[in-house]
Amino acid sequence: MSKVHVSAVVNGDNVDFLADPRESLLDCLRDQLGLTGSKEGCGTGDCGACSVTVDGVLVCSCLMLGVEAEGKTIGTVEGLADVGTLHPLQRKFIEHAALQCGFCTPGILVASKALLDHNPDPTETEVRYWLAGNLCRCTGYDKIVRAVMDAAAELREAV
Amino acid sequence: MPKDELKSEYRLIGTRPDRPDGLDKVTGRARYGADMSLPGMLHAAVVRSPHAHAKILKIDASAALALDGVKAVITRADFPTGLTGEDWNLQENSMAGEVALYDGHAVAAVAATSRLLAEDAAKLIKVEYEVLPHVIDVDDALRMDAPVIRAGVGDHTVPEGSPPNVSKKIEFGHGDLEAGFAAADLIREQTYKTEATHQGYIEPHACVAQLGSDGKGEMWVCTQGQWYIRRMCSAVLGLEASQLRVTPSEIGGGFGGKTIIFMEALPLALSRKAGGKPVKLVMSRSDVLRATGPTASASMDVKLGMTKDGKITAAHVNFRMQGGAFVGASPVGEALSCALACYDIPAVMHEGVEVLANRPKAAAYRAPGSPMAAFAVESLVDEMCHELGLDPLDVRLKNAVHEGVKASYGPTYARIGLVEVLEATKKHPNLLAPLGPNQGRGIASGFWFNHGGETSVSLAIGEDGTVTVSIGTPDIGGSRASMSLMVAETLGIAYEAVRVNIVETGALGVNEPSHGSRATFASGKAAVEAARSAIREMCRRAAKEWGIEEEAVEWKDGAAMPAGPNAGKFPPMTIAEIGAKMGGTGGPISGHHETNADGVGASFGTHVVDVEVDPETGRTTILRYLVVQDAGTAIHPAYVEGQYQGGAVQGIGWALNEEYVYGANGRLQNAVFLDYRIPVASDLPMIDTVIVEVPNPGHPYGVRGVGETGITPPLPAIANAVAMATGARLRSLPLSPPKVLAAIKAKKG
Repeated sequence: MSKVHVSAVVNGDNVDFLADPRESLLDCLRDQLGLTGSKEGCGTGDCGACSVTVDGVLVCSCLMLGVEAEGKTIGTVEGLADVGTLHPLQRKFIEHAALQCGFCTPGILVASKALLDHNPDPTETEVRYWLAGNLCRCTGYDKIVRAVMDAAAELREAV
Repeated sequence: MPKDELKSEYRLIGTRPDRPDGLDKVTGRARYGADMSLPGMLHAAVVRSPHAHAKILKIDASAALALDGVKAVITRADFPTGLTGEDWNLQENSMAGEVALYDGHAVAAVAATSRLLAEDAAKLIKVEYEVLPHVIDVDDALRMDAPVIRAGVGDHTVPEGSPPNVSKKIEFGHGDLEAGFAAADLIREQTYKTEATHQGYIEPHACVAQLGSDGKGEMWVCTQGQWYIRRMCSAVLGLEASQLRVTPSEIGGGFGGKTIIFMEALPLALSRKAGGKPVKLVMSRSDVLRATGPTASASMDVKLGMTKDGKITAAHVNFRMQGGAFVGASPVGEALSCALACYDIPAVMHEGVEVLANRPKAAAYRAPGSPMAAFAVESLVDEMCHELGLDPLDVRLKNAVHEGVKASYGPTYARIGLVEVLEATKKHPNLLAPLGPNQGRGIASGFWFNHGGETSVSLAIGEDGTVTVSIGTPDIGGSRASMSLMVAETLGIAYEAVRVNIVETGALGVNEPSHGSRATFASGKAAVEAARSAIREMCRRAAKEWGIEEEAVEWKDGAAMPAGPNAGKFPPMTIAEIGAKMGGTGGPISGHHETNADGVGASFGTHVVDVEVDPETGRTTILRYLVVQDAGTAIHPAYVEGQYQGGAVQGIGWALNEEYVYGANGRLQNAVFLDYRIPVASDLPMIDTVIVEVPNPGHPYGVRGVGETGITPPLPAIANAVAMATGARLRSLPLSPPKVLAAIKAKKG
């Protein structure tokens, strides 16, 4: 199958790649652009390890085709930190030991940022329901929820 | 950095510094199994049996091989013959021989220039099957007339005339069982069942492998144990182990499921056939669920005798487990040994059989065997406590094992902490929380042996006095942090001055995997010994420079110094000073330690769960959850809590949701995460933890190992809570809403 030329903005950079029309956005990010921070845990949109934002909307990049990224603005875990400065979510995940194996962490960080971008003061229940699409098998979610709440509090203070 | 409230004479141990690999893991930089690519790399796809049991009549790969870009196809014919025992099991599971033994069993594999092309090619490989009768359920597999999976499978332990799929029989016990039951006021006997569940790590198995015609190969693979991968792949493919270099990637969860090989030999074989090009193979989620290590399913009888004041006088357990179509894959031996391990009982008898079924080859899953056994025994203990009007926590204390007691599985316990755990549980405020209608509280204890095992660690002093540690146990949950803490504590240097690397198979002697809750215990113990050996060398260097006897130098606060006034007056020589001039004082300084680590200390835990059961739907909600467990010493308490919480939640999933569902055709019906539903954040409350510390005398800092015990109590604790909430006792897992609803309705009549 012939490949399709795709232009998009990923983490602030203009990128071009050739996508097989059958490839997911996740495949293109990982295999064409070398952005392997987004992970495939299921390929069916159930685990959230591939979470990215597309024009500001949280999506599972395994459920979107690479060719659909044409003209879109995409955010991945690799774009969360400014050069040398971690996003408060990243810092709080380390401080709270909110990761064990770390495989689900990129998706959970991207999803958590999307939450805090539109709801800076979520309740514990809101955090839990927002992250219900991100599976973590190691932590039991306790420290993840605490880290997100703590990062939210810090971000509110910074405003 | 704040030190925990735990009593501690240590400088660093017991603190909670940032993990050394934290930055890599929050930025997406950490490289896992599927994140590796090599120049000229091919991609592999696997053809899997759609049948639970079928004779393979013919495999025709001609159409696949005719595709441009397809470089190699392998079948069992590409593997060596004549293997026996577990090597044969691993080979047979890697690629089916004459018969496909379960839905998802690999029958062929293909390598091509792209993943999509490999998948297209796999679809063109035609396999002709003759479908055979199959058996899935453990009790069905035990019938005399069950479809025979492999004739003559029973070993010497299996009596003549046993059902044909029985592969192993175990019996052990001690004490006078008859007298024990005679001394009881209440004797109860029940049967319990648990379904197979999957470890459910979020990272699917993945590797990149390269193998030349010279028999030399390399692998990059997500695994709990690179030496196990090396040994198993070498055995299955007829390679020399030392010619295969295995580098572990970061690992996205394992829980026991990444201690053995499933597909890892396939890309090696494909690479060899494709002229030595590297080959990448990444499993899909459904392949992971269909064809990698679930745990066993179990059917269990328990008989207990209890006096009316709660003393357990005798116990008889009889367990049946299937671990797939392969001999020795079920954890029936471990299940029996764990079943009664929390209790000091004068007379115990254990019996068990392993039976084969048309399911994937089971792998270890966190405290293998113990959760099922605990479900059976701890459920019955709870039932009897309620029948006798006794407090279940008091009954557990009354019968609790402690130092000097002969364990149900044979040995005499050294220092253990079950009594301390139960006492800490009793004091916890969660036990005072009021319960409303349809709510119930469940309590259960659990046990895991913990493990030492083959361990090899090296440590090198840098030119600036910083320290590199080479560790052979992959870091699944923060063990780099605990290793760094122990090494820094021993050397008297900063936590940040230590760099722990998880190294490939060429860098150290053989290490067992990160399994058995052994990484922090065994690699930690060896790392401390390696540090002590480097200290001895650094003291020698200082003694030489000062012109005094080695024995007159001691190591303190990261420096060599004269030991006492008679040794002479010299200023301390720091590790940085020693490192800076080691080139001129005798060369590089390193420490090394190899051991088959002894001194293992068992870990006990008790969980208390409050649930609410919706009487309209049968759905169970976890309201509160408490884990109390003995860590020995918590090196990094945050990651100890993480193990407790993660183990508890896996147990919650096992208790409430998770099960392998098979259709009448023997195919797995729920091989995606949507249908094999593991707990999500909105299912759960916070998981409260109490770290009890009864130091293990067999470890320099008292470590026991904490990974596994935590999955054991949730199964019975939740069943006990649901029984209290509904009045209905369920003796088979999972406690899914329809099952609970039916039990409530049956209770009401």
